[in-house]
Amino acid sequence: MEIFALILTVFIGLLCFVIYFGLSNFVLDYLLIYKNHSFVYENSIRVLIFIAPAFIVLFVFILYPVFETVRLSFYDKFGREFVGLHNYLWAINDPNFRRSILNNLGWLLIVPTLSTFFGLVIANLTDRIWWGTIAKSIIFMPMAISFVGAGVIWKFIYDYRGTGDQQIGLLNAIVVSFGFEPQAWLTIAIWNNLFLMAIMIWIQTGLALVIFSAALRGIPKETLEAARMDGASELRIFWSIIIPFLERTILVIWTMITILVLRVFDVIYAMTNGEWQTEVLANLMYDWMFRGGGDSGRGSVLAFCIMIGVIPILVWNLYRHRQEQQYEN
Amino acid sequence: MKIKINLSSILAQLLLLLFVIVWIAPTFGLFISSFRDKDQLAISGWWTSLITTEINEIYRTKGKNEQIKEDGIYIIKGNLFNNKEGKKVINFGITSKNINEFSVGTKAKLKDNSYITVYENGNYEWASENEFKKKKGRRIFVTVLSPPNFTLDNYKEVLFKEGLGQAFLNTIAVALPSTIIPLIICSFFSYALAWMKFFGRDILLAAIIASLVVPLQMSLIPILTIYNDLGALFGVAAKSFPGIWMAHTGFGLASTTFLLWNFLKSLPNEMMEAAKVDGATHYDVFMKIVLPLSIPAFASIFILQFLWVWNDLLVGLVFLDKHPSEIILTAKLKELLGSRGENWEILTTGAFISMTVPLFIFFSLQRYFIRGLIAGSVKG
Repeated sequence: MEIFALILTVFIGLLCFVIYFGLSNFVLDYLLIYKNHSFVYENSIRVLIFIAPAFIVLFVFILYPVFETVRLSFYDKFGREFVGLHNYLWAINDPNFRRSILNNLGWLLIVPTLSTFFGLVIANLTDRIWWGTIAKSIIFMPMAISFVGAGVIWKFIYDYRGTGDQQIGLLNAIVVSFGFEPQAWLTIAIWNNLFLMAIMIWIQTGLALVIFSAALRGIPKETLEAARMDGASELRIFWSIIIPFLERTILVIWTMITILVLRVFDVIYAMTNGEWQTEVLANLMYDWMFRGGGDSGRGSVLAFCIMIGVIPILVWNLYRHRQEQQYEN
Repeated sequence: MKIKINLSSILAQLLLLLFVIVWIAPTFGLFISSFRDKDQLAISGWWTSLITTEINEIYRTKGKNEQIKEDGIYIIKGNLFNNKEGKKVINFGITSKNINEFSVGTKAKLKDNSYITVYENGNYEWASENEFKKKKGRRIFVTVLSPPNFTLDNYKEVLFKEGLGQAFLNTIAVALPSTIIPLIICSFFSYALAWMKFFGRDILLAAIIASLVVPLQMSLIPILTIYNDLGALFGVAAKSFPGIWMAHTGFGLASTTFLLWNFLKSLPNEMMEAAKVDGATHYDVFMKIVLPLSIPAFASIFILQFLWVWNDLLVGLVFLDKHPSEIILTAKLKELLGSRGENWEILTTGAFISMTVPLFIFFSLQRYFIRGLIAGSVKG
């Protein structure tokens, strides 16, 4: 019964959209042909039919909320009274906020850099080795897994049992086999951030890898052959030919991962829930959205801080888009 | 095939092998663990389960109610492993201080002048001239050789008792419409952006490009407020499946439109013109020409969006109830991490169940997945 109700809901939900497009266009065509109205506005109405649903969704779910969030950041916790910069002042004086900003900066510095670096190195390795395709699949696989799933996987790796007990976490088992003391990795303040970042790097390296792999195929074979003929070492080729050639791709991948890292939430929520000084902006915001009935003012300030991080990328994207449009015309 | 051995190639292979091992080991460990016996999982690393290993275990014999009298001697008989085959006892002990005092088959004398013998297959005999008085049996420490032992019990438990089965269905009910609705509305939208002329087209396009990078956190509070208001106004639940479909549609709209627009505008102009000359409306062109040509692009976008929705946690937490009839897999898994943090058999199995669909899509449609990612990266 439950399943049947679910299927029905899904089916009806989808049908609504199909019917909308089918019916509205059918009516328009009918008016055109049978009533022989030569509509001056045919094109305009058609455009309206085509873009209306997407535009409404875009407006309601992205455009309006952006402005509303900025507005709410100047209002009290219920969004009723104007409080000026009060929420911003709170944030600056809040130790959790400052910790989150520092952690976010750490994430931004380390995760995109290492993911891009590993992706680049592995793409080069797989390119030259006969079993490279399989290796690529394996390293790319974490991209398909949810952050929470990855969280469970890695929490298992970081699992800690007291000294003397059998370690069931891989990391501690390795550490113990080398004769060191086992550690509760996720509770060691500051350093635990690195263990959380490792998860993200583990996932995002695959993204960098496949994009680099595709880009590498664009390097002219002759250039590489010529360099090898001249006796350049593989390392030299990597630094002097491959890296300069991939400059743009590196930038793109770095940006993609940066955007993702800015809003990182799931990994930390699942692993530590921000405890032991692993708080980041997105988690702090989630906290304030619901803590004590929710504080929309403080939550909005935190969301806006995440937004500030993407504004340079946003402007840069728009600038490039405009250039391309001009080039095309 | 030409086999050329040189140092740099071997080094490269070793380095790649190292990367592969580091990358696969975590998932592999989870996979193996989900099939392990839960008691073993709690006391030994998953890497020990692949070979026969020596482990120490503690069992308790039966108590006085099970005793029988043979030739004037009271005997309690039984099997430590409940007659499950596979394990072999090497030696045993009767105190925690000396857990391998006696080798298998020998008689161990207890303080009360009774004797215990444990055999290789786990059978034990506890004999005494006096009647046994204690209701509880006594503890026996054994060192056993345990062969690799895998079971599906964890899956049964997690799917039916822990409610992950329902969460799985809920996730499908969230993910399918949240993927198909954006595809439907964005295909018309991006067609209009690519091939129809209208006022404000460039501004809309710029809005899409800008929306691509807007973090979804910016939308959470206002949308939640709208949903709550709507819910109160019409007396319906603020958190519902249609609500989360539209939220996912909103958050996926920019990237879906952008990818499709990129694809559609690259279609040959002549084809569109020819159709126009034949008197086809934009709707005809879209349905009869553009749609069939876009199937591969649709496949890529479908996979990207589907995986994104399937793996999402934040949107599911904010826009759906934690009630069993609505909770999605990732939220359920997070809940288990909190409440069953030490029950690794439940966590590993649950995580693996949540990964089955993405992994299936990944391995069967990897080509489209990669194509989508690359298309998305061209302009970032």
